Amino acid sequence: MAEITACSGNLTGLEIADALSKKFAEGVTINSASPRRVYSQVNKEVFLEVCKFMKDELLFDHASLVSGVDRIDRIQAIYHITSYINNCCLMEIVVDLDHEAPEIDSVTPLWEGANYHERETYDMMGIVFKGHPDMRRIFLPDDTKFYPQRKDFKLKEVP
Amino acid sequence: MDWSNNVIDDILRATQAKKALDKLMLPFWNWSQRNSMYPLHFGLACCALEMAASSGPRWDAERLGIIYRSSPRQCDVLLLNGWISKKVRPALRRLYEQMPAPKWVIAMGECSISGGPWYDCYNVVQGADTFLPVDIYIPGCPPRPEALIDGFLKLQQKIKAEAKGPFLED
Amino acid sequence: MAEMWVNMGPQHPFNHGLWNLRVLMDGETIKYAEPILGYLHRGWEKSMENRTYPQIIPLSDRLCYGSSMSWSHLYCMTMEELFDIEVPERGEYIRVIVLELQRIVSHLLWLMAFGVDLGNLTVMLYVIREREMFLDLLQSITGARMTYNYPRIGGVRNDLPPDFERDCIRAMDYFQGKIDDYEKLCDGSKIFRMRTEGLGVVKPADAINLGLTGPNLRASSVDVDIRRDDPYSVYEEFDFDVCTHDACDTYARYRVRMDEMRVSCDIVKQALEKIPDGPVRVKVPKNAPNKTAVARVEDPRGEGMMYVVGDGTDKPYRLSVRSPVFVYVSAANHMLKGHKIADVPSVMGSIDMCLGETDR
Repeated sequence: MAEITACSGNLTGLEIADALSKKFAEGVTINSASPRRVYSQVNKEVFLEVCKFMKDELLFDHASLVSGVDRIDRIQAIYHITSYINNCCLMEIVVDLDHEAPEIDSVTPLWEGANYHERETYDMMGIVFKGHPDMRRIFLPDDTKFYPQRKDFKLKEVP
Repeated sequence: MDWSNNVIDDILRATQAKKALDKLMLPFWNWSQRNSMYPLHFGLACCALEMAASSGPRWDAERLGIIYRSSPRQCDVLLLNGWISKKVRPALRRLYEQMPAPKWVIAMGECSISGGPWYDCYNVVQGADTFLPVDIYIPGCPPRPEALIDGFLKLQQKIKAEAKGPFLED
Repeated sequence: MAEMWVNMGPQHPFNHGLWNLRVLMDGETIKYAEPILGYLHRGWEKSMENRTYPQIIPLSDRLCYGSSMSWSHLYCMTMEELFDIEVPERGEYIRVIVLELQRIVSHLLWLMAFGVDLGNLTVMLYVIREREMFLDLLQSITGARMTYNYPRIGGVRNDLPPDFERDCIRAMDYFQGKIDDYEKLCDGSKIFRMRTEGLGVVKPADAINLGLTGPNLRASSVDVDIRRDDPYSVYEEFDFDVCTHDACDTYARYRVRMDEMRVSCDIVKQALEKIPDGPVRVKVPKNAPNKTAVARVEDPRGEGMMYVVGDGTDKPYRLSVRSPVFVYVSAANHMLKGHKIADVPSVMGSIDMCLGETDR
């Protein structure tokens, strides 16, 4: 038999959102929650504590996707984390960052699977992850000067 | 070895034997060249799967002498099957240089012909002919295995028409 | 003994796809392995910001050419989440049929590459032969062999062709006998077992922490399948097993995929029995609302996920992709450390590389 089975816990997305907003009164906004999806916005200051809480208390054991969005006035880091135990719930964490020097704490010490995703986000978006073990470009050569996913980098116009 | 080759070459030229030898040997060299085209086993992207399918039991490209080899030293056809990013371009050029002459290049699929659907991407080379001498273009995205085999048959015709042999290279 | 860096790639017989594995050797033993990616990078996510929503469907086929259907399906699913559309039920059933056919094709492709890696060329020839059968089925639905451009936002492009059900059930029955042949050929071979058993062991807790998903996670004795645990499309309607294996090694990864092909055959048969009549596609608006959407599927290789930001125009503001193989390569060091260099093709071949979606 398999050693770890999905859905053996029973917290739904609504209960997870409740527990999270109880623990962090300030800095965490739950935008919407349904049994398998939680959408939240988190302040940069409490972000790492929220992640630790999610991993240790609410058993979110899998970092699915780390990406970024350039919103012209700010840069957003987007995290999607999953709990296999609790109903396979998917949680979205949006963190607003400064556009000039985007910096955020790395979650690689918590989830090893976020390692390459953070490197890719650095490569594409220019977000620096503090505490990442190996913060280098991954796709483009090391001497590249631009960050292609930012909106000020324009692609070739073809008529 | 070079010295003896040169001496033989000089003698052949001086005695007009070279012309006669060329006439005799050329059809033979040409026949063997065009019936043993060994492409490099090098999958770039999507079209590599059709390359694999064409060597499978249904199409069986090996019956035409198209046998994939893994080392560039054993190959005479460089088959480009996929988009070429700026990071892989120097590696491709080096692979081409490593292959012994006579050698040919086949561009398979839209991406290696002209950039294809990645016409505006910042990291894609717009066409393999910007840095390699391409002989045959096989259009399609991806081309079917029949089209790939047809491309190789076109290359056979081209080799036949070129009529090159080791004795003719001046 | 002196340490030495060995570059395996970008042109190397072992790597199916374009990547470079740098390994630090101490004699024959691997001390450290570092994958180098980016040889197929073309800026997929960025260039999609220049294209309208329907134009992206054929390009999402080119994300992973081994299983194009599941990626264009994932893209359409994300867009349905964004536009808030319900797909007609017949459309969903057809999607499940083509997705499971695609899963079989993808696993067969993996077995073909794995056979070549282990020097078992007979498996490769057998597998290509049966793969053509499934490609013919998919071709009769979609018209293409590999990059189908078949799912649409709000359904699928066209209905099933006449007599498809008969052909499909015949192919499934024939194929289930063929899986037995492969198993005899592989499991019965002592060399195959010696080259796979006990290699590349990833313990369950490590597998979750490293972010492995899909067949590789289930081979590490973790019972997770998004088709069952977070059902999308109409997977709730079907009764199927989730295949796991306890050995956590290369052989377990082979076993899980072989079992999954049988399960996929079952699902296709169930879907053909239950498929209702009706339309296959609904109309969708041109411009997206100003919001974000996320969707995830169980790709043949693992967990595929797309995140899209709409801004009210007909082009996406941002589209980001989670590729399962991108995370697998980061686990290369964990899997390879301490093994001999001759085991690299066996271990790396078993995780089912597809570099198109990795480099994007």
